[in-house]
Amino acid sequence: MDKIYLENIRYVYSPDTPFEQVALDDVTLGIRKGCITGIIGHTGSGKSTMMQLLNGLAKPTDGRVLLDGFDINSTFDDVFDAWREREEYAKLSKRAAKKEIRGQLAELRRTLCFRVGLVMQYPEYQLFEETVYKDIAFGPANMGLEEDEIRARVLEAAAFTGLDEALLDQSPFDLSGGQKRRVALAGILAMRPEVLVLDEPAAGLDPRGRKMIFERVCDYQRNTGSTVLIVSHSMEDMARYCDDVVVLKDAKVLMHGEMNEVFSHISELSDTGLDIPQVTRLALALRERGVPISENIYTVEDATKALRALFSQQKDGKEASV
Amino acid sequence: MKGISFGQYYPASSVFHRMDPRAKIILAVLYIVSTFLCKNVLSFAALTISALLLVILSRIPLRIMLRSLRPILFIVVFTSAINIFATRGAHRLTPEHWWLAIYEEGLWNALFMVLRIVCLILSTSIFLTYTTTPVSLANALERLLSPLKRIKIPVHDFAMMMTIALRFIPTLSEETEKIMNAQKARGANFTTGSLFARAKALIPILVPLFVSAFNRAFELATAMECRCYHGGEGRTQLNVLHYRASDFVAILLLVGFGVGLWFLNRVDFLYRLG
Amino acid sequence: MTQPFIHTENLCFSYKDSEGAGEHPALKGISVDINAGEYVAVLGHNGSGKSTFAKLLNLILEPSSGVLCINGMNLTEGEIDDEQLMELRRNVGMVFQNPDNQLVATVVEEDVAFGPENLGVPQEELRRRVDDALDVVGMREYAKHEPHRLSGGQKQRVAIAGMIAMMPKCIIFDESTAMLDPGGRREVLDTIRMLNREHGITVLNITHYMNEAAEADRVLVINDGLLLTQGTPNEVFSDRALLLSAGLEVPQCSEVVLELREGGIAIEGEDIASLQGCADMIARAYATR
Repeated sequence: MDKIYLENIRYVYSPDTPFEQVALDDVTLGIRKGCITGIIGHTGSGKSTMMQLLNGLAKPTDGRVLLDGFDINSTFDDVFDAWREREEYAKLSKRAAKKEIRGQLAELRRTLCFRVGLVMQYPEYQLFEETVYKDIAFGPANMGLEEDEIRARVLEAAAFTGLDEALLDQSPFDLSGGQKRRVALAGILAMRPEVLVLDEPAAGLDPRGRKMIFERVCDYQRNTGSTVLIVSHSMEDMARYCDDVVVLKDAKVLMHGEMNEVFSHISELSDTGLDIPQVTRLALALRERGVPISENIYTVEDATKALRALFSQQKDGKEASV
Repeated sequence: MKGISFGQYYPASSVFHRMDPRAKIILAVLYIVSTFLCKNVLSFAALTISALLLVILSRIPLRIMLRSLRPILFIVVFTSAINIFATRGAHRLTPEHWWLAIYEEGLWNALFMVLRIVCLILSTSIFLTYTTTPVSLANALERLLSPLKRIKIPVHDFAMMMTIALRFIPTLSEETEKIMNAQKARGANFTTGSLFARAKALIPILVPLFVSAFNRAFELATAMECRCYHGGEGRTQLNVLHYRASDFVAILLLVGFGVGLWFLNRVDFLYRLG
Repeated sequence: MTQPFIHTENLCFSYKDSEGAGEHPALKGISVDINAGEYVAVLGHNGSGKSTFAKLLNLILEPSSGVLCINGMNLTEGEIDDEQLMELRRNVGMVFQNPDNQLVATVVEEDVAFGPENLGVPQEELRRRVDDALDVVGMREYAKHEPHRLSGGQKQRVAIAGMIAMMPKCIIFDESTAMLDPGGRREVLDTIRMLNREHGITVLNITHYMNEAAEADRVLVINDGLLLTQGTPNEVFSDRALLLSAGLEVPQCSEVVLELREGGIAIEGEDIASLQGCADMIARAYATR
């Protein structure tokens, strides 16, 4: 079963006003569990809206958002009949069952943002506490955890994002831009979300900072087996770090599938104005110049491997495409 | 949030929309004076008719005009109640032994007060908020008040501050929304709990908002310095305001209206304010 | 030979910490010459001092020591009066990172007019300059729009127009593309190159995007407040180890060529910075292998 399933999602901003705008139009999409899925698209293609639907910050105008098969926006009436059949409610009176179900639903709603951790764009702007430690602890504290548990999680998240323990007592406002970004990320990781959603996690960072953030996220995914969604403009980063890719265009899903499969439609992607990796364009330029390199080159490693193989072939040998 | 435009400016094409904003400020002041000139039934009738004329000329839908009156509903009810019950006069309407005494004069007074307030609000919103953008209003104020520069009142600086504030309202409101969402994503709760808990829940929003606002202010100041900003001295302006003949005609008409009211006041008819 | 437009000798700058006691050196002695009409990219990781360098060039920050001459004016000798400062800032424009924090007015054309208004340009000429500047960046049709409704790339183009209207000799772009999406970045980069090529404006582009640096005539790499290396993009990108040590990388196509060379494949040629150059070199090597 897909970890997240979006079913006929439609989202309209400012409906029934002159400013009405359709951000998502009949989007149906399953996100595989335990994978890193990249979401690409232009500004205004509906990416950011989609992320906010996942943790309930925004509610779809139409359609359902299923997390582990359960509609996160279900109302009491939606679930009452179905749930009353369940064992835990079977013995209760109707009134008691109602109360019980209401409580359960409220709890589900409360914990939703902890299960689906959302790291917004430029998340360093959300820092507010006196110390880095307290800021990372904000999420776990809102979860209602015990002091010891909070401490353990903060230390774990800090270690994960490569923050030195000495930094924990400093004010987050004294840190460098890259460090602030990691504190913000740690603040979400400390909630140990099952689904981690990141909006342009590396925006504005230099190459070292970019690599650091992406590698930390990949590590988190590998260690915890959680599901990760990354929104990014950078197809180069997508090619390097993602298993699956979703391409959004004009509020609709243009393509969805495994990275290699989606990227094999590279010419269509570049027609939509997306920035295809430079190394892919290099491969295309080489083919134009008569070098029989495969079209499916998305990373520097792909390219060097393919070219090495080509160069090692005998000149008069059969020029098979590699 | 993106769709909201700040201020109540209603884009349309009417005589008032085309008028010089300075003229509109002068008109608004003249009209306010006129409402206070009214003393008797005839002059109030004339005032009411003039207000209706303004509404028609402004081409702003009545529905939207009425919306501007909603906030003053309480004041209207309150003042009329005070006028009705607190005015003593010669013609008592309620029976002698009633505790509450209502006089005919009280009713007239209440009616006049309500008319005065409603006309006041309607005219100022037509002249100023509905047909004039906040920016041109700030601009016009700077021009009108520029004589005050001679007595060392920093008129330009105030106008500049106002322009910048207007420029940043949408930016900061978007930012507030973003920060709120970011904190909600970390489980912050702004809607339940005691008053104290809710006030405390604002800290995670206010601190980042202030930090960012100060950063923006600092960067903007640097950017302005880079663009050779050095106060109002020696500055020229791209869009200089020009009075047109119609502006003068409108001002003259309104002055004439005021004089007319003064004459109407002298006619003894039904009732006049004491 | 004419004198360079920007000339620095051992330029240093230290930030005072909050108590005013300690000093944090951000620039530790930079000596460069930049000629009029050049397109120079300044590369460096976050915190390398590259932005500090930019801010010294129009005296937003004052150098602690060293020599700084711009347009024949020595700025580190004697007191600079307000008029000289205005003259400097008119000549050396600056476009910043955050598009929202540099637009002052609520209407695009009034924002573009802000600089020349401050200079006291008479109204008729002002109108012409604003219209011309908006034409140059292709934003004329947005003249009456509100800046906050524009896209990031459009906002930056308005900011650039605001500089052009002051008719500067040089524009410094302080990470002006860092907050933009690829489309917006392209818009701004195309505008930058056009300003340099067609209007002869000296350009300094402070950036950490390698592909942007590849478009420049010359690249300066700043690391830890020192000039690490400089040269044409081809020269700079051929030393990958040096760039990696400065927390940077080389463009993907250069990386492929360098990797192949390391693997013992002889790829002749210098043109390593551009995609077309790399493709030509590899194709030639493949044909003659």
